[in-house]
Amino acid sequence: MDIERIIRRRRRNDVLFALTGATITAAVLLVLGALAFTLVREGVSRLDLDFLRSYPSRRAERAGLLPAWVGSLLVMLVTGLTGIPLGIAAGVYLEEYTRKGWFASIIELNITNLAGVPSIVYGLMALGLFVYRFHLGPSVIAAGLTLALLVLPIVIVATRETLKSIPQNMREAAYALGATRWQVVRHHLLPYSAGGISTGVIIAMSRAIGETAPLIAIGAVAFVAFLPPVPYSADAFAVAREWAGSEQLSVVEAAVYPGVAWLGTSFTVVPIQMFNWISRPGDDFRANVAAAGIVLIVATIGLNAVAILIRHRMRRRIKW
Amino acid sequence: MSQDASNAAGRGSRLARADGSLGARGLLSVMIERGIEFGLLLAALASVAVTLGIVFVLVRESAPFFAHVSLGEFLFGTEWTPLFSDPKYGIGPLLSGTFVTTTIALCVAMPAGTIVAIWLSEYAPHRIREMVKPVLELISAVPTVVFGYFALTVVTPMLQSVLARINVDLPTFNMLGPGIVMGIMIVPYVSSLSEDAMRAVPMLLREGSYALGAGRLTTALRVVFPAALSGIGAAYTLAMSRAVGETMIVAIAAGQKPTLTANPLESAATVTAYIVQVAGGDVPHGSIGYQSIFAAGLALFVVTLGFNLVGAALRRRFRQAY
Repeated sequence: MDIERIIRRRRRNDVLFALTGATITAAVLLVLGALAFTLVREGVSRLDLDFLRSYPSRRAERAGLLPAWVGSLLVMLVTGLTGIPLGIAAGVYLEEYTRKGWFASIIELNITNLAGVPSIVYGLMALGLFVYRFHLGPSVIAAGLTLALLVLPIVIVATRETLKSIPQNMREAAYALGATRWQVVRHHLLPYSAGGISTGVIIAMSRAIGETAPLIAIGAVAFVAFLPPVPYSADAFAVAREWAGSEQLSVVEAAVYPGVAWLGTSFTVVPIQMFNWISRPGDDFRANVAAAGIVLIVATIGLNAVAILIRHRMRRRIKW
Repeated sequence: MSQDASNAAGRGSRLARADGSLGARGLLSVMIERGIEFGLLLAALASVAVTLGIVFVLVRESAPFFAHVSLGEFLFGTEWTPLFSDPKYGIGPLLSGTFVTTTIALCVAMPAGTIVAIWLSEYAPHRIREMVKPVLELISAVPTVVFGYFALTVVTPMLQSVLARINVDLPTFNMLGPGIVMGIMIVPYVSSLSEDAMRAVPMLLREGSYALGAGRLTTALRVVFPAALSGIGAAYTLAMSRAVGETMIVAIAAGQKPTLTANPLESAATVTAYIVQVAGGDVPHGSIGYQSIFAAGLALFVVTLGFNLVGAALRRRFRQAY
């Protein structure tokens, strides 16, 4: 009968499609593998302690990544200290304090849209606002705040999704015992959602580390041959005197300015250093590019792996 | 019910006296609650402030540009040379660069992402799916500057040697290589959102299809896929917005000269690459070059905003469908 032929044909189609799907998936993963392989092959010979300890140089074999990775860490510090609390607070408000209505849905649409705004547009906004209007210049703090705004939607969405997954009766039980709304958030919801929120936060930070375009837009320089001043060092006091505009600092100025001097210095970060090297004519700097790429990719993929691990463990442990 | 309970709780009912008035401690508690709520509200409003800030800066900084250049010239001009001594301000060449790279990226990402999504949702065994999904997501975690390096030093030379066999000359900077790399980068966006949409399709629909004698592939393509179409459409529009806004890959590997062309083998600057090029150079604050990047940014923002709103609408539809 015909039916056997139909069944055979379907089996064949199924196998063909499954093969196609598996092949394409494998091909995409293979690209990731090829990328990692290229970076290692080209860059691993360049990647040593000297590379991490040296300032940039016109000579490729002497040029290093020191100001770049220090800059990346400092910018991340600012981003983390501002973007994370802001994002979590906004997420808590939107999930726990608002009723559904036009206000909530406008903010919701706004956040969805913000998540899709190209990062370079954030850079332009920061250039007009932070750099020129607030006179922060192309500094560590301007960069940190730019990236904080950029990752804000990621943190907000992660916070809300996690809070949403906590069953309503946990809240009701706490209210029944007389807790106020903030006490419910503080003592119950935030501790329960710590894992989910930290996953979102880590992914947000890994995104921020790799961002290049917005920092180029605010005018980050690629050739930085110094480190930001250590708080309360002689250099920091020099910056403080410059800010105060006089040799004699008042008590407040002496207490505050040298501590935050590093926020006001110009900076570079790893991806910008990489872009600078890659844009040079000739092949001299290719090994440096690859070595910087390894540093960058280890940082971002490492952070993502941690996030995946946390998510995995949370899923196993918590069963509502 | 919970809303009433929590409202009462929010007023510090625990500390209310029997007659309903508040003691001193109760008052303090209410004030703390209100203060915290206000603080959280400010944080939530910050996200609105960011959007307003973006619109404000883009409009404000590009206003002098549009006072100088007519909207007609900006939109329909065919030459973009704002930094030359004989400046021309037609954004066409930048848009054509963006359009070509985006089209190439989507030609890679849409079919590949959709097939991967169907495979993961309808064919792959559970364990493989759980393993493959996070690894695929790692691709979107790779910094784009690294992808740009990959496009310039691996993909373009590879394409050059392939195309040389059919006597086609590919320059070092071209739109094909970065377009393909961008497409691969976007595959996980398409596949993960499409897969979510397809898995949200109720089992009953699949069972109904099987009961009518349809096979697995027919069910996947004729039942599950159409049922998940709005979600898949959302994935496509978000992928488009992502490709239009992508900056570093094209800035590194597609070249920096604005060229009005539809030929992917040529080198051309995109809107985003132009912004990076100018912002990375020494353009004085307030010059026409400085203003022109905000005009380009405004064009970019408007285009991606359109995609994002359509994507959000489609996404809401597929969430509500079942």
